[in-house]
Order: sequence, then C-alpha cells, then structure tokens
Amino acid sequence: MSTQSMSFNLRVWRQEGPQEPGRLVDYKVVDISPEMSFLEMLDELNVQLTRKGERPVEFDSDCREGICGMCGLVITGVAHGPLSATTTCTLRMRHFQDGQTIEVEPFRAAAFPVLRDLVVDRTALDRIIQAGGFVSQNAGSAPDGNAIPIPKDDAENAMDAASCIGCGACVAACPNASAFLFTSAKVSQLAYLPQGRPEARRRVASMVRQMDLEGFGNCTNHGECEAVCPKEVSIHHIARMRKEYWKAMLG
Amino acid sequence: MNQTFLNAPPEESARILDARIPPGPLERKWTDHRGHVSLVSPANKRKHTILVVGTGLAGGAAAAALGELGYRVLNFCIQDSPRRAHSVAAQGGINASKNYQNDGDSDFRLFYDTVKGGDFRAREANVYRLAELSGAIIDQCVAQGVPFAREYGGTLANRSFGGAQVSRTFYARGQTGQQLLLGAYGSLMRQVAAGTVTMLARREMLDLVLVDGRARGIVCRNLVTGELETYAGDAVLLATGGYSTVFYLSTNAVNCNNSAAWRCHKRGAFFANPCFTQIHPTCIPQEAETQSKLTLMSESLRNDGRVWVPAKAGDHRSAAEIPESERDYYLERIYPAFGNLVPRDIASRAAKRMCDEGKGVGKTGRAVFLDFQAALERLGRPVIAERYGNLFHMYEEITAEDPYRVPMRIYPAPHYTMGGLWVDYNLMTTIPGLFALGEANFSDHGANRLGASALMQGLADGYFVIPYTLGAYLAEWRPQPISTEHEAFAQAAAEVRQGIQSLLEVAGKEPVRDLWRRLGHICWERVGMSREASGLNQALEEIRDLRKSFWQEVCIPGGERELNRSLEMAIRVADYLEFAELLAMDALHREESCGGHFREEFRTPEGEALRDDERFTYVAAWEYTGDLQRPRLHKENLKFEHVQPGQRSYK
Repeated sequence: MSTQSMSFNLRVWRQEGPQEPGRLVDYKVVDISPEMSFLEMLDELNVQLTRKGERPVEFDSDCREGICGMCGLVITGVAHGPLSATTTCTLRMRHFQDGQTIEVEPFRAAAFPVLRDLVVDRTALDRIIQAGGFVSQNAGSAPDGNAIPIPKDDAENAMDAASCIGCGACVAACPNASAFLFTSAKVSQLAYLPQGRPEARRRVASMVRQMDLEGFGNCTNHGECEAVCPKEVSIHHIARMRKEYWKAMLG
Repeated sequence: MNQTFLNAPPEESARILDARIPPGPLERKWTDHRGHVSLVSPANKRKHTILVVGTGLAGGAAAAALGELGYRVLNFCIQDSPRRAHSVAAQGGINASKNYQNDGDSDFRLFYDTVKGGDFRAREANVYRLAELSGAIIDQCVAQGVPFAREYGGTLANRSFGGAQVSRTFYARGQTGQQLLLGAYGSLMRQVAAGTVTMLARREMLDLVLVDGRARGIVCRNLVTGELETYAGDAVLLATGGYSTVFYLSTNAVNCNNSAAWRCHKRGAFFANPCFTQIHPTCIPQEAETQSKLTLMSESLRNDGRVWVPAKAGDHRSAAEIPESERDYYLERIYPAFGNLVPRDIASRAAKRMCDEGKGVGKTGRAVFLDFQAALERLGRPVIAERYGNLFHMYEEITAEDPYRVPMRIYPAPHYTMGGLWVDYNLMTTIPGLFALGEANFSDHGANRLGASALMQGLADGYFVIPYTLGAYLAEWRPQPISTEHEAFAQAAAEVRQGIQSLLEVAGKEPVRDLWRRLGHICWERVGMSREASGLNQALEEIRDLRKSFWQEVCIPGGERELNRSLEMAIRVADYLEFAELLAMDALHREESCGGHFREEFRTPEGEALRDDERFTYVAAWEYTGDLQRPRLHKENLKFEHVQPGQRSYK
C-alpha cells in the first residue's frame, strides 16, 4: 500500500439541470494516492463532500476498465485527460503533479446536452447506429460461420474499427463537434466485411444523414478526434467513410 | 432478530421443485420440446408487450430476437446506452462445439466438460441444450459482422481455455464480450428503428408488479428525473446479471447490482444456490483501500503464461533475482495433465494457498506471478503482442510495470455468480410470467463456471431459448390486455416510494460508499474464497449489525426527484444487506465443498474440494417468507444420467 499522498485543486463544472446555468466550482481534494484512478479521486472528493453535508459531483461511469465507454470528462481541456489511448476511468493520478490545479468539465457538444454536473446525454450516438449501423440478420437464419472465409487482414482491420467504445470523446475534442470518427468506425467495420456489403450504400447514406440531423458538425480534418480516442481508432476510417459515401451517392 | 434463528437448520419444504424437463433422450429433448410447444401466430405477436430488463448479451439478444419475431418489446437498462451493459467487459472468448479444429470436440464433450467443470451441481438437460445451441451462436454472430479472429486461410480461429482439452473458444482479440455485445446491440438498434423495440435507458427496475399471481409489469426509477414509472406487459424477462458487487470490490462494473432480482425474490421468485460465487484467478491484485474495482486479466493469458511463486516462504527477492531452481510452478507441479489451464476455482484456491503459506509476492504478499518469459522466448514478442497486446497494455496502465519485462502479478477476485433466480427448463421462475436469463438465473454452470461459457449462455438464452419458451407460455395462457391503470401498479409504486423515503429520512453521517465497503469486507473475509461454519455465523451477525448501522447512519445528500447517484447506490446497498444474509445462510447450510463454494471443514487430504453427493446433490432454492424471517428451503434434486459424478481430477 502506498504511503505517498497527493492533493489537488479541482475546478469542477457544476450544473443542477439541463436548463440551469453552470459554473466552475473550486474544491481542494486531499489524501489521494498515485495509484488511484481519476474517477476514484472524484469518488474520494464525493466522500469528502458528503461528510461536509454538500452535494456530491455527478458523473457517469460503469466498468472502470476502459471498455464500456460510459465515462468521459474533459480534463484541463483534453477529453479523457493528458494520457493517450486512455479512458478517464483508467487514467491514474500518478500522471499528475502533486498540488496541481485540474479543470474538470463535461463532454461538450450541441448534440450532448448536460443532464447534471458532468453527466451528458449521448443518445444521439445510438440514433446514428439505429440509422444503419448493423447487418440486417435475424436470429436463426445464419449460414455456418466458416461458410464465408474472410481474409485475416480484413478481419483485423474490421476489428480495429470495431474497437470503438462509443464514449463520444471524438465529438468533445472536435472544434466542430463532429461525430465523423464515431460514425466512420461503424461504416468502415462493416465495409471491410462481406456481411456488410449488401446494405453498404443504404447504411452510409442513412447514418451520415442522421449525424447531420442530430446537430453534429462537419469534419474539417483537424484530427483531434484521433488524438483523444481511447481506442486509437484511426482517421483513415473517415477517409473510407467518405469513399463509401461517394460510392453510394454516385454509384 | 434472535441469533438462534440464524444458526438453526433451515426450514425445509416437503414439496420437491419440478424443473419441467421434457421427456426423451438427452440429445432429443430440446428439439422435441421445440417441435411440440404451442406457438403464437405472427399476427398475434404484436399484441403482446414483453418487458425485457437489461441489455447485456442475454437481455439485448432476447429483446432483439423477440422484436424480430414481431413482439412489442420494452427494453430497459441502467446505463445511458444499451451498448454499455457489463457483458462488454468479457475478454477471453466464447465456447462452441464446432469441432473446427478436428480435435475431438462434440456437443457431448462440451456438455460433459461443463457438467464436470460445474462440479456436478448443474442440471444436465439445460447444459446439453446449451452445448447443442453453441454452434448456432457463432453462426449468428459471424453473420452480424462480429470480427472474430481468423486464420490466414480466412477461417475462424480458436484457442483453448481453462478446464478443456480441446480448442473450442472463439475470440475477438481480448474484447470478445464487447464485440458480441455490439453485435446484439446492432440487432437491437435495428429493431428500435423498425419500431418493435422501445428503448428505455437510464431506468432502474425497483419492483415487479403481480396481477392474479402473474408477472404483469415493473416499477422503474427514471435515473435522470427521479420519477417512478410503471410499465405493463404480458411477461417480464429479467436479464440483470449477477451479484458479485456484494463483495464491493469485484471485476464487475460499479453499477452492477442485485436489486431487481432481489425484489423479484421478495415477490415470490425463489433464489437458487446464492453461495455459488466465482472467484476469478487472474486479476490485478488490490493495491489500495480506496480502490473502486478490481480488473480482470483474461484467463486466456494462462495459455502462454506460467504461474509461479518462490519455492521458499518469505522470499522477497524480485522475480529476476530468483533462479529457475528456486521457483515453484505449482499448477504444473500439482496438476500435470491440465497445468496452468485448470478450472478457475482450482487455480484461485491454489493461489490463495500459496499466499497463505507465505509465498505470495508483491508489496502485499497477496499475489502470484504470471510469467511470459518462456512464451516470449518460444514465440517472440510480435506473436505475444498480437495475442495479448491490449491486456499487457491494460496491465501496464494500472500497475506501471511492463509485463514484457517483468512477470505479471495476479490474485483472485470476485467475478461471476453461478447462483441466481431459480428457473425451470423454460427459463421461467417460480412466478408465472417472470423469466430469468443469463447470469441472473442459476441453471447452467452448477457450482463453477468454465471460462468462455458465460457469453455462450447469455446468447443461447436470449437468441435461441426464450423466443420458443416465451411463445409457449403466452400461447397456453392467452393473456387479457392490461394497463398501468390497474391498482396493483399504483400500489407497487407507492411501496417503492415509501422505501426511498425511508432511506432519505435516515439523514445520518456515513457516505453510502463507506457502508458498502464494510459489507464487502465482511463478505470477502467470511463468505469469500473459503468459508467455515464459525466464520459464516459471525458474518450473519456482522451483516445484521451493519444493516442496523446502515439504517441509522447512512447519509444521502440531495433529493428523490433528481439525478442522484448516492440515492441509487443506497437503494442497492440496502438490498445487498438483506441479500448478503441469504448468501451466508446458503453457504452455511451446504455442508460440503463444491466448485466455487469451498468449506474449510470439507476437503480431501490434498486440500481439494470434497463434495457430499449423498446429502447435497440438489439445487437449494430459497423462498422469501418476510423481512427478518427464516427463508424456506426448497430442493430440486439433480439426476445425473449421462455423466457419473466423480471426484474432479485435473491431475
């Protein structure tokens, strides 16, 4: 067990509801060990606030091992914090300086309204998937798994794209609040696989339309999305989505 | 509550539980049953509303499959999106008896391994059905676009997993659960778009509504507004996972809880084998008191990693300083036939034994080494990186140690719960119209679950079992329409509201998290990896005391009708304080060791689990008889007609 103890000056976004005004509130959090994750540090803050009779800070989290995509905070200006290929829940406090001031804000985008404090509504991402991010396959009608051989490289590329966890950091990091990386990851995964081909045209057209309807911005190649993506989903999937899109529109 | 009740033997029901297993030979049961059950006509399916609680592999697959059939489905989850259910975190893989490797696999062998792995406490007919359906699951997932690992020739790749001598595990890097869940989620989203499924996210089920003795609806708390909402339907499917978070620290997500199942139990659903809990051998050891969860490292690591400790107790040298001759590769030594691939319960207990003997490593001495040096020398870094790269990365992120250079340190942690609501062969609980799927039920894994079997069971229940058995229930019953106007809904909602009010009125000083941690500590120390009568009796008293403290000291800032995580957590912990008692009581009554349930008093001379088939070849299904009342024990006798129960040997 570590004997080292750290303290931090936090500036945390507090907002009581979607319609209420929000503001940054200063807190001092003490007795933090370097092994703690960023969210465990916030748990500790909440324990300290509760003991003082104050309202704890609300934030989303679930698996705490970087796979469910539920957590997501903007930490001093960077979605999921300073470490690359990391979710907020797997970021450890040893990556911060003792006594440092840390700003904690929600993932911001017009399509992600704040529900309370650091909790945002990301159901817009579900609606993009509803627009076509699937293979129309009813249970019970599938051919044998080995009936469709898939080149190993295609399977690996599809897996790279499929590793998206739907956290929305790409949107939060983008100056345009674009959901291109998220949408392209699904389009690209299914474009690499023969199972995805029959619906490819309809899929990309419909998902891109939904993305616009939800109020996400356009992609102007800043590449911020790729830089913050905890699963290192590459922007080459955006290029593939554009190709698929033009094929669908012109073909 | 007087202590004499806690220590007394359970009151036993004279009625033997009937699992409604279809007649006929084992390998024909499901096919014949499916061919003979009543059907709901296509035109009538849309007239039935089905409430599916949970969106993991079992719930998500069930909601999608029922939507595809034309039922009107309402699907609930506690997260903001169905894609986040904790099935997402399963790493290693999913079993199927495809025999693609030509290494001797078959439905019977998968069935046999699962029954043996479960230490002869599972129901044969259910397990055979599971094995029989395993191949169709792989076909379904491939067709959905799940990017399983492939060979260069384009065929599906397999690996072996603990407790099996064939390669039957399909996988997608170390993210198999994620990919299978996203496959089910895609199918679910397709049904949402088609209008058959309505998705209700950020809802937590807090009660079951019964009308004329049947499950007709649920009460939910909207986790954003705090309002209580009621929903009516013709059947309720519970796919809400397990109860490992009763230990506070576990590999489960922090929102995993047992409240929905517990409240169904209080409405009449029997709870089966709660003491069958699985402690997973390959987790990252606990480092600090303030930790909020334990992280699992896939069991697949044991395919190439070798487990060892220093041969001498109290050897505090670093791994590199300990020469080969002074290391004890204890799994290879004790279990030469299976080596590092022994089932989870065996591997976990062996690790605990080594640490108890003073051979544990790391700062706390509660860890053993998992060493990849030999595999790195044999296969090279690129191969190891391809197989386990993301796991190595995750390990380094958490521990700040590079497993390519120094051995991993691992220790067992609560992971999965084999116990759950009792269900019959049709997955129906003792409440007509209430079904339980996936980890929420008890039926397929006996006293210990083999690796890569949870995903298989969740998807089998959801895609391929419930569509038939639910239809049969509805076709035979022909329900009258019901709405939430029925008085039973208002009454159930009022009871839930009363419970929430009581919690808020305590207005104590203790944060819920601290009280939960205290409960977890009691359960881990006395009802954890090994148990004995005196410790269990002590746990029962401590749980009672803690429950009393909880209702005097808990502090829940904020109000009812708003987003309030402290309140959510308090509701779950309050239920766990009741459930933990049943867990300990079940462990106390089962005077034998089997699978994940290890009683110190019952072991072989070599220290292995010693079953008592004479007295305990049954499922213990507990009936709720009222708060602070002694639960009533019902037995389902298990018959083994195809696998002869024997002392499990992995030597």
